[in-house]
Amino acid sequence: MLTRLAVRLTTGFAVVAGVVTLTFLLLHAAPGDPAELLLGSAATPAQVAVQRHTLGLDRPLPIQYVTWLAAFVRGEWGTSIASGRPVRAVLRTAWPLTAELVAVSLFFTYLFGIALGALQAARSGSRLDTALSVGSVALFALPGYWLALMLVLVFTFELRVLPAFGATGFDADVLTGWPAIADRLRHMALPLVTLTLIGVGGTARYVRGAMLDVQSQPFVVTARAKGLHPARVMIRHVLRNALIPVLTLLGLGLPALFSGAVFVEAVFAWPGVGRVLVEAVLARDYPVVLAATAVAALLVVAGNLLADVLAAWADPRLRARGDA
Amino acid sequence: MKILWRDGRGGFGLALLAMVAVLAVGAPFVAGPPPGVVADITRLRFLPPFASDAHGVFHLLGTDRLGRDVWARLLYGARISLAVGVLAVLLSVVIGTAVGAVAGFFRGPVSVALLALTDWALALPRVVLLLLLAALWQPSALLVIVVLGLTGWMSIARLVYAEVRALAARPFVEGAHALGASRRRVLWRHVLPNALTPVIVAAALGVGNAISLEAGLSYLGLGVQPPTPSWGNMIASGRDTLVNAPWVAAAPGIALVLVVVACTLLGDALRDALDPAARR
Repeated sequence: MLTRLAVRLTTGFAVVAGVVTLTFLLLHAAPGDPAELLLGSAATPAQVAVQRHTLGLDRPLPIQYVTWLAAFVRGEWGTSIASGRPVRAVLRTAWPLTAELVAVSLFFTYLFGIALGALQAARSGSRLDTALSVGSVALFALPGYWLALMLVLVFTFELRVLPAFGATGFDADVLTGWPAIADRLRHMALPLVTLTLIGVGGTARYVRGAMLDVQSQPFVVTARAKGLHPARVMIRHVLRNALIPVLTLLGLGLPALFSGAVFVEAVFAWPGVGRVLVEAVLARDYPVVLAATAVAALLVVAGNLLADVLAAWADPRLRARGDA
Repeated sequence: MKILWRDGRGGFGLALLAMVAVLAVGAPFVAGPPPGVVADITRLRFLPPFASDAHGVFHLLGTDRLGRDVWARLLYGARISLAVGVLAVLLSVVIGTAVGAVAGFFRGPVSVALLALTDWALALPRVVLLLLLAALWQPSALLVIVVLGLTGWMSIARLVYAEVRALAARPFVEGAHALGASRRRVLWRHVLPNALTPVIVAAALGVGNAISLEAGLSYLGLGVQPPTPSWGNMIASGRDTLVNAPWVAAAPGIALVLVVVACTLLGDALRDALDPAARR
């Protein structure tokens, strides 16, 4: 298990390093220059050249890369070219908002996904199963940003009950206690429902498949033959074994959820990492793009690692054998 | 094919996709010329669905803020969305099959390197790459196809690799070798055709995913550029008129969901039809 963990950590490190290097090369290979975008179209070539020199963009690429990487590893992430704010400060405000959204929706996605999938597997072949299958495929197919727009249409414009913009209201600074919490929850409701709904379909599909696979195994037949209550067989024997692949999916689902968050944040103007990333890419804000990409890659790697550890915890055989 | 039709999911998926394809190809006959600039914007814009305008022209899905017919734009958008989805997956299949087949059939350092590359690329956050690639170059339909193709081949490579490895040990492959066929011929004529079954399933599911991602990029303004209609940029333009003309954003979204559902159901049905062991 320890060797395996070491291998995973090395691979993870390679992935993060690769993402960062690739991002760096792509940024510099692409047309568009942060100095030009910063100064606007009225700037003379001489002014642009001076600005490029100030930003260090006129140095050879390998030197820029090594300088940036060395500083990044030391924790000096530089300042945003577009806003002038320190990159760490930009990410420190954005990161918890994305994490909060992703974590809460992950919880509800799996809660409802596992419940629905288990219900379908227990009643497999019935009308209920068919109806839920069609429903979960439809949810799976929903583009997040479109679902978000439709929810805004219903809950913000028609019913006028929930806000559709940002993470807090304009009066958030003066609110304390319960009203402040209520304000946060109200702003979170629509992005959260969107992310959860698009995740539930896929999870339910997966759980149903995994449970049906387990159901046909001999030990389930034995458990039934022993005369155990069907519900007990489903929960203790089938669901528990079916959860192992589902836990692996959890790690793989984390990047997908982050992707979903990029689109959903764009719709709801939720000031998280996804929105920061989109804006920084459009402004060619090199330091912010690189740091945000590195954070996203770290998240993906951490998710995969977490999934491995969880799967080993759920299945003692994986620990003993040392592979999976 | 027969099994596919009898399976309700496969029949529905095939029928729906065929209908959308026919409508997209036949757009000029079904919906007239592509809706461009409208002379009479103030009287034609924001007509609700099932309304006829002042000239007596019927608008099945209403008009947008520039007075363009939403139904016609939906059909012309279907051409772009379907073409991008299919071509992107085709590119993924070609790259993925090549990488997977070479890694599975020719052992040694090349195989190890290709597998490591695949695993590495599989771990990259796809949407972040898509955003970078699409935002940094001049956005166009071609760029979206290339970007989606280049970021979608890894799972296919893994499938082909596993299949080729399993097939390479089978007696009929050994037989071909024994008869003196060259390694390349064995791979091309004997192994690959038998390894493509799971690829077909992955491709059917992948088309739905690619169409959805194309729409997402176009929605963010990084994909197909207006005035060329794609379902994604139609949803984006409908976003600004959500209150007074919700049908502009709703129609392409519903079309998108239907097509992706059709691809998913077709993929499921194909998997069950091609793999008798999995049939329940």
